[in-house]
Amino acid sequence: MDIPRETLLLIYERMLKIRHFEDRVKDLFAAGELPGFVHLYLGEEAVAVGVCAAMKDSDYITSTHRGHGHIIAKGGDMGCMMAELYGKATGYNKGKGGSMHIAYPELGILGANGIVSAGIPIATGAGMSAMLRKSGQVVACFFGDGASNEGTFHESLNIAGAFNLPVVYVCENNLYAVGTRQSQVRKIEDIADRAVSYGMPGVVVDGNDAVAVYEAAFEAVDRARSGEGPTLIECKTYRWRTHFEGEPDTYRPPEELAAWIKREPIAPYRKLLIEQGVMSEAEAQAIEKKVVAELDAGVEYARSSPLPTPESAMADLWA
Amino acid sequence: MRQLFYNQAIAEALAEEMRRDQNVILWGIDIGPYGGANACTKGLYEQFGPSRVIDMPVSELGYVGMGVGAAATGIRPVIELQFSDWITLASEMIINQAAKMRYMFGGVLQMPLVIRAPVGGYLSAGAQHSNSFESMFSFVPGIKVIMPSTPYEAKGLLKSAIRDNNTVLFFEHKKLYAMKGEVPEEEYTLPIGKADIKRPGSDVTIVTYAYMVGKSLAAAETLARQGVDCEVLDLRTIDPMDREAVLASVKKTGHLVVAQETWRDCSVSSEVAALVAEEAVDYLDGPVVRVTAKDVPIPFSPVLEEYVLPKEADIVAAVNKVLNRVSV
Repeated sequence: MDIPRETLLLIYERMLKIRHFEDRVKDLFAAGELPGFVHLYLGEEAVAVGVCAAMKDSDYITSTHRGHGHIIAKGGDMGCMMAELYGKATGYNKGKGGSMHIAYPELGILGANGIVSAGIPIATGAGMSAMLRKSGQVVACFFGDGASNEGTFHESLNIAGAFNLPVVYVCENNLYAVGTRQSQVRKIEDIADRAVSYGMPGVVVDGNDAVAVYEAAFEAVDRARSGEGPTLIECKTYRWRTHFEGEPDTYRPPEELAAWIKREPIAPYRKLLIEQGVMSEAEAQAIEKKVVAELDAGVEYARSSPLPTPESAMADLWA
Repeated sequence: MRQLFYNQAIAEALAEEMRRDQNVILWGIDIGPYGGANACTKGLYEQFGPSRVIDMPVSELGYVGMGVGAAATGIRPVIELQFSDWITLASEMIINQAAKMRYMFGGVLQMPLVIRAPVGGYLSAGAQHSNSFESMFSFVPGIKVIMPSTPYEAKGLLKSAIRDNNTVLFFEHKKLYAMKGEVPEEEYTLPIGKADIKRPGSDVTIVTYAYMVGKSLAAAETLARQGVDCEVLDLRTIDPMDREAVLASVKKTGHLVVAQETWRDCSVSSEVAALVAEEAVDYLDGPVVRVTAKDVPIPFSPVLEEYVLPKEADIVAAVNKVLNRVSV
């Protein structure tokens, strides 16, 4: 398919942003600068970016506990995100949310979610809302392989199928739910096979191939926007880090991890774009330099930002 | 004045708010052509069509969760649960999502979501169709809980709930659907968070709500014949509770009975008793007595249910106890 040059470059830039952001979060967390827990998206960059690049700013996403990648892919600002991770007043959500709860409705980001699978009915409701308001908006719902075993998945996809809702369900199958290998607790190989029960297409794509993800998402978004209903896209991928930072990796064979890192999503994509003349080596370096500078500025913004006043804990409960 | 049944008052509130705001959308089970299990949406499907009155599959977690997503994106969903007992299936979406999303995200969105659900016993409906879970949800910050006791209040409070930009649980008592009462023909709303004195009195305050309001008024009549003047305070809104009204009444009468239909431990009645203990203990001239269900699941057999659920006579006995009075 013919993908516009600016889209191809945007995909490259946003994947790089996620890679650098998550690498930095890893270091900052290890250094004890960030409170709480962080769940990193390293290795899965092509999924979030491939899907969001096929969407408009006004379209919606719902995200997960491993949400940094989705927020960046949808256009989130790394400084406001980092400030939120630091628990600062200038964070996207004034320090009330943290790593697992970033929302920014102005970019259609309806929230990362700390409850596995909880974003699925919320995304479905946003799809119902878009349909009822005839707004033409589409919703991408990100969730993991573990979430696909929750009741929310079944209830929501059944309703989305029945009502032809404009939702793209994006399952990030990284093989493990925390420390449990999914093949031990799921009979079927492909989660996408479940789509047949809901009367929607089920598509399996290589989640480490940004172009493949983009093409699948483009078709699904187009279907959704033209009123033809939802799609389930299963992206086969792998997280490079453990479930959360600090967790010992006792459950994954090292050779499996090494094999997935070897077929990581960004380097081959960079090579492809240079080979096809979409960007030059110099342009690729310039984009990366720009991303790192933006991240450096974002970290500085977060560090120098004020903490929320303790009393602000009492604000924002009621509308 | 015109008389309406409680369920008719609800249907009228829904219709008026749907006409007023096209983003008010109803969904639930059997609410379309069927008209709702308690006829609260009777005629609305015919009037507003399938895109405003939406029949859902039996998927409480799914369609309540969808209400959260829709409310965050410009719709004002009014969801009917066929029985409030099944709110447990949807409680993740209410407690961890709807109630928290605005706060957790620093106020960047609103959650104008109403969930209507029938509560209550006295119907031999058994342990899974007789619950009243208002205490559980009042415990959670970020949820408003309303329990109207008359058709007039059902209509006025539901209209306010639909216009509210927060999550509201609207618990309707099954025994009240067939209650008839005065409802003005002209437009009105009632404020959320305001109690109502259903019967002024000077000797003892009975704080109550929902179906127990009627039993409390009946008990007050019985006691009036014996020379005891009860004030019956209908909370109407459980959360936010009208603390000022409770305290003002107790300061006036010096005696407090709390009458609720549901279980005792860690319940609304506990909260009322604690409030008075904290803020008005010096005004009390006797112990606080609570009239509640006994702490077992609501049993099926009428003789068992009658034993477990509170009765008018229990309220009379409670008043006598707080007044240190020998029952006649």
